[in-house]
Amino acid sequence: MGRDPETLLRKYHQARWDEEIICEMDVPGERGILVPEAEPGIREAVGDGTSRIPENLRRKRAPALPEINQMRVNRHYMRLSQETLGTDVNIDISQGTCTMKYSPKIQEHVAARNPGMAEIHPLQDESTIQGILHVYYQFEQFLKEISGLDRFSFQPGGGAQGVFTNASMVRAYHASRGDHRRDEVITTMFSHPCDAATGATAGYKVVTLMPDETGYPHVDAMKAAVSERTAGIFITNPEDTGLYNPQIREFVDIAHGVGALCAYDQANANGLLGVTRAKEAGFDLCHFNVHKTFSMPHACMGPAIGAVGVVDELKPYLPLPRVEFDGERYSLDYQGDPESIGRVRSFLGNAQGVLKAYAWVMQLGADGLREVAECSVLNNNYMLKKLSEVPGVVIWYSEGKRRLEQVRYSWDKLHRDTGVGTDDINRRIADYGIQHYWPSHHPWIVPEPFTLEPCESYSKDDIDEYVAVLRQISKEAYENPELVKSAPHNSAIHKVPAPSIDEPERIAVTWRQYVKKQAANSSE
Amino acid sequence: MPRRTLGVIVNPVAGMGGRVGLKGSDGVEILRRARELGARPEAPGRMAQALKAVSEFQDKARVLTYPDQMGEHSCVLARLPASVIGRTDGEQTTPEDTRRAAREMAAAGADLILFAGGDGTARDLYHAVGEEVPVLGVPAGVKIHSAVYAVTPRSAGELVVLWLQRRLLRMRSSEVMDIDEEAFRAGVVRAKLYGYLRVPEENRFVQNVKAGGVVHEAEALQGICAEVLRAMEDPDCIFAVGPGTTTRGILQELGLQNTLLGVDVVRDKKLLANDVTARQLLNLVDGHRAKVVVTAIGGQGHILGRGNQQISPEIIRKVGRKNILIIATKEKLVSLGGRPLLVDTGDADLDQELSGYTRIITGYGDYVIYKVG
Repeated sequence: MGRDPETLLRKYHQARWDEEIICEMDVPGERGILVPEAEPGIREAVGDGTSRIPENLRRKRAPALPEINQMRVNRHYMRLSQETLGTDVNIDISQGTCTMKYSPKIQEHVAARNPGMAEIHPLQDESTIQGILHVYYQFEQFLKEISGLDRFSFQPGGGAQGVFTNASMVRAYHASRGDHRRDEVITTMFSHPCDAATGATAGYKVVTLMPDETGYPHVDAMKAAVSERTAGIFITNPEDTGLYNPQIREFVDIAHGVGALCAYDQANANGLLGVTRAKEAGFDLCHFNVHKTFSMPHACMGPAIGAVGVVDELKPYLPLPRVEFDGERYSLDYQGDPESIGRVRSFLGNAQGVLKAYAWVMQLGADGLREVAECSVLNNNYMLKKLSEVPGVVIWYSEGKRRLEQVRYSWDKLHRDTGVGTDDINRRIADYGIQHYWPSHHPWIVPEPFTLEPCESYSKDDIDEYVAVLRQISKEAYENPELVKSAPHNSAIHKVPAPSIDEPERIAVTWRQYVKKQAANSSE
Repeated sequence: MPRRTLGVIVNPVAGMGGRVGLKGSDGVEILRRARELGARPEAPGRMAQALKAVSEFQDKARVLTYPDQMGEHSCVLARLPASVIGRTDGEQTTPEDTRRAAREMAAAGADLILFAGGDGTARDLYHAVGEEVPVLGVPAGVKIHSAVYAVTPRSAGELVVLWLQRRLLRMRSSEVMDIDEEAFRAGVVRAKLYGYLRVPEENRFVQNVKAGGVVHEAEALQGICAEVLRAMEDPDCIFAVGPGTTTRGILQELGLQNTLLGVDVVRDKKLLANDVTARQLLNLVDGHRAKVVVTAIGGQGHILGRGNQQISPEIIRKVGRKNILIIATKEKLVSLGGRPLLVDTGDADLDQELSGYTRIITGYGDYVIYKVG
């Protein structure tokens, strides 16, 4: 039982249930919950209930939802959960740039089960939610200290929304000064694509700087990019390569020199905590992905937090409401300054997430946060060393130079030698109980890329197991490439034929679409 | 699903000059010298490498090829059943054999022609089928300036397999370039744009499995055209639009006749002249505000001096560096692997002035700062 002590590999095999789509499990008349009949007094007061709903709001037909008993529904979702590789099940180093750290379960209990949190409502009077307002205020103090900036808002529901909020503040700042010439923002190729996309969404043209052989852009490229039309720069550091741009202060000074603002995308902040700050690099705005660096769960495109921070001068533009403290009581300022960009999300944003992150920081303290950074950088460079010894792996850019918390690797050599590419390995890795890794954003600049981030949560033993899996797959690629190309073999779902998801006539994301397209395809 | 028809053509003499230090294999005299120096045909073997992957999917393809070293041998080596059509005259194959083979395969219904060779072979394919039948090159020649080749024989084979499985559906027009071989052997590199062939779009820079949010070349080109058309709103400014697949879309978008390999001139979205010479262009822009639109041509990324020599140093100086609009897809820039874009105007001082970091139009309201060397 257990891993092979020599190879560190396990004999993994995923459950395969061949489970129906829930809509196919319909048994007319079955119920999950029997709702009790209304009591006579209530019936007398409201009648049958539905007739009080205005005619034009009432459904003409009952919704086409499946009717299924409770146990079967439960079994269905348990089976589906066995067919995934969640972050609590696998060694989740795969999702480089995502900082998949362990979210201590106590945080979940405090935030989701504690009645003091679970039973409050955002429309309660603020005098009755002083506890969570205190947590907001305190967590803001933490982020101020960590970044050196002066005010924060936790409203944005994710990293990209945080960057969009920053782009909106940059726009509001220039507009309030009557400066309407500025219609461009600058970013870099290895910054997250949202730095370009949110700038474009905010109405700006986007100028992208390409990396040179060091992995980050040359200062001269930055000089060529700026003009009196530059509104701001939106830049990550370290970039997706894990390389820290040591000239970042120069980039910021060049931008300031033409009157632009500088926004620091700190989604990749895990290697920086307690080491460097946005303030010392000269930035005017920043954002943290609280669901990455501060351990709250990612929530799968759902309720995450992109905490945005600004220097004092930009405080008037922050979203509303803001949590204020007069020394005795916490309050919500809904009016704020007239220049505020207003609301970016309903109520206070993700309050549970703020509480989880607050709990995490309180468990660690300031020294603990720095240890997080040091440990994640140490882990990453250990893994870099180990992977550089795996046949077929290439360390792209600045070989020999240490990275911060992540590395964008390349299977270029393996691909040339064997024809096995990163997509193939990404499918094979699931056969060893590890979830698919993150290759790269598009376009791929590093060929056959993969990006790994062994943050502080992982032990040396975890990293060794992960490396052992990649070493094994490399060996397989050299000895039996077809085995890797036809993977996965031990997973719930075997190889999905491409093209699939971009064929409009075959893709269905709702049951209704599925039924329609099935009918259309079978009649052909 | 009906089987697809794959044509297989090998230029057996391609690449023979390279191993023996000759900078090309075109011309009877060079070939004779190559043989004397001990050169052996390598292209058939390289084609066989490419066909190995294809042979596993032989039930999906009808394969047509030419006799002996022009394809038959490669198919046998790769154990790929093929119908041999046409004939050759004895040992020596000539460019005319390649052209005839391509024409006959097109007539026999080939959906894609896989050919092994170099730039000279690509020119022969271009002469024979133009953009009518898609092709794909297996790199086997000494010179590979044309952008119609897969990176390796193996990757050519993999692309064909994807195409047979109908997992690779997009085609793009790519440049057929060749150099003046006489000048090349004398140490002067002077490439010329000869035309375009349609090749499968190889997604080297995106995942093989299609992911959401990936901008395909066609969409990227639309964005670039829209950006240039925005600049063309200025009715008094003259636009000289150079050759290239990226620039070609601009005139097409305007519904104007375009010259595939020449420079066309536009003002107020109307055509002033097609296919101008340097002198004609100079006369047209004289006394007017003017902009020049160029794109990276060929695998080496020349923006000036390859295929667009009509845009002379005199004109470039006249319009000024700021009025040269360089357009390219991000994928094209990435494909340069970090190497700078090149200028070779024939005027060393001007080349120097044009070098440095500059703005490339990569989409609508979308730019990349890239080095011109």
